[in-house]
Amino acid sequence: MRLDVRIILAHVALALCLRGEDAASETVIHSERSLYRNITVYEENGERCMKFSRLYAGNRQSCVLLRDPARLIFAYTKMMLASLYLAPRPTKVLILGLGGGTLPAALIRIFPDIEMDVVEVDAAVIRMARQYFDFHPGARVRVHEQDGRVFVKRAGRTGAKYDLVMLDAFDLDYIPEHMLTREFLQEVREVLTPTGVLAANTFSSSRSYAHESATYTSVFGEFYNLKRTNRIILAKMDGLPSSEVLAKNAKSIEDKLKPAGVDSGWLLSLFSTMRDWPKDARVLTEQYSPSNLLNRQ
Amino acid sequence: MHRFFVFMIAGWSGFFVMAFELLSGRVLAPNFGSSIYVWGGVITIFMLALSIGYLLGGRLSTRNPTLRKLAAILLLAAVATLPLVIAGDLALDWTFSLVSDPRYGSLMSAALLFFVPTVISGMVSPYAVRLLVHKTQLSGHYAGLLYFVSTFGSAAGTILTAFYLVLYLEVNQIIWTLLTVSLLLSVIALSWRTKDAS
Repeated sequence: MRLDVRIILAHVALALCLRGEDAASETVIHSERSLYRNITVYEENGERCMKFSRLYAGNRQSCVLLRDPARLIFAYTKMMLASLYLAPRPTKVLILGLGGGTLPAALIRIFPDIEMDVVEVDAAVIRMARQYFDFHPGARVRVHEQDGRVFVKRAGRTGAKYDLVMLDAFDLDYIPEHMLTREFLQEVREVLTPTGVLAANTFSSSRSYAHESATYTSVFGEFYNLKRTNRIILAKMDGLPSSEVLAKNAKSIEDKLKPAGVDSGWLLSLFSTMRDWPKDARVLTEQYSPSNLLNRQ
Repeated sequence: MHRFFVFMIAGWSGFFVMAFELLSGRVLAPNFGSSIYVWGGVITIFMLALSIGYLLGGRLSTRNPTLRKLAAILLLAAVATLPLVIAGDLALDWTFSLVSDPRYGSLMSAALLFFVPTVISGMVSPYAVRLLVHKTQLSGHYAGLLYFVSTFGSAAGTILTAFYLVLYLEVNQIIWTLLTVSLLLSVIALSWRTKDAS
């Protein structure tokens, strides 16, 4: 018992030390107020990060390791790349939400000739991704300054199809509520090819977790649920591949993912189809979508 | 009692307009997103509609003003929102395919769906002032009091809708609730006036 207490105390002390060190070594490189939020680019411990806040405790949207930009820092980015285990050769990709551009940049490194549409509502974020995160994709990658929902709806009207769609649009608090509804996900379905894959970045511990799970199930059926701090939803239009297929696909692109620091064993161990939310959770719709309020409670 | 109704109608009308303005953002988001342009379009249309409503309401108040007519304005504003509930999605799909720029798309949609009911709602305040004022010296006093009541109503409509109603009700349920209150209030005011006259 006594030993436990000492270990806890030691951890607390260590955590306090690390915090102090972090705070001391944070260097703000650029800070500005865009049309939508405060955005700060700063460096600490050899990492350059973008956050939607001016406070230290503000949430980090993107980080790159300065000495090795190809190496992904956030677990969630690696978990989004787990979508490649469902279909390892995407040719045309749609990403909603740019941030520092780490996710599209990672995909471009893996597949240099990939065709991609990236949608970001905040012009300042696009500019800062270029200026501070070296986001200079080639001609096959188009960055659209637009609301993600509107882009998807219009893409659906023109009949555009993607074999991989990644939802990563976040505001300061959470995902904008018009991109959490059943109607939105139905519009996303419209732009997926018959074998297309969806990857969505959400939070594991939010009051709307159950609502979101019910909503995704109502549109995509069963999905793979990958949980850490973030929860990544992976769905496939023609049904989920078995764990054998996942393992085979993981093997086939293991080398390509290695520079990003992706450990396929770790990533595969996160795949789950367990329904860990109540059956009667209410689906979010255009008529009922108080998710952002739920998250603040 | 007459004055009480005038204040009630003005306060409720303020509540109604802002509850609607808030929901309009939600209504436009699926087609035009939640970018700053959409709020720009919505607020422009509401302000423009209110300004024209004030003008018309003031004009109308010069011709034999009665509480009955004020109640009728409130009722009319409620009725004018029915197309939004019934055919709002159709109208939005139409503007979405017509205009690709989110600024003019949201401006046009807001104009189609919210302009007419908001013009009519705007008529309430100046008309109500006319019903309250009997002495020139007190005109400012009553105008101030009325602005207070109607703007306070607006504040209440904003916070209740944004913080609480959207948590418990669907958008259309909120709109139907707003319409029902408008209907009840105007019917009560109408019948009260009838008793008064008899």
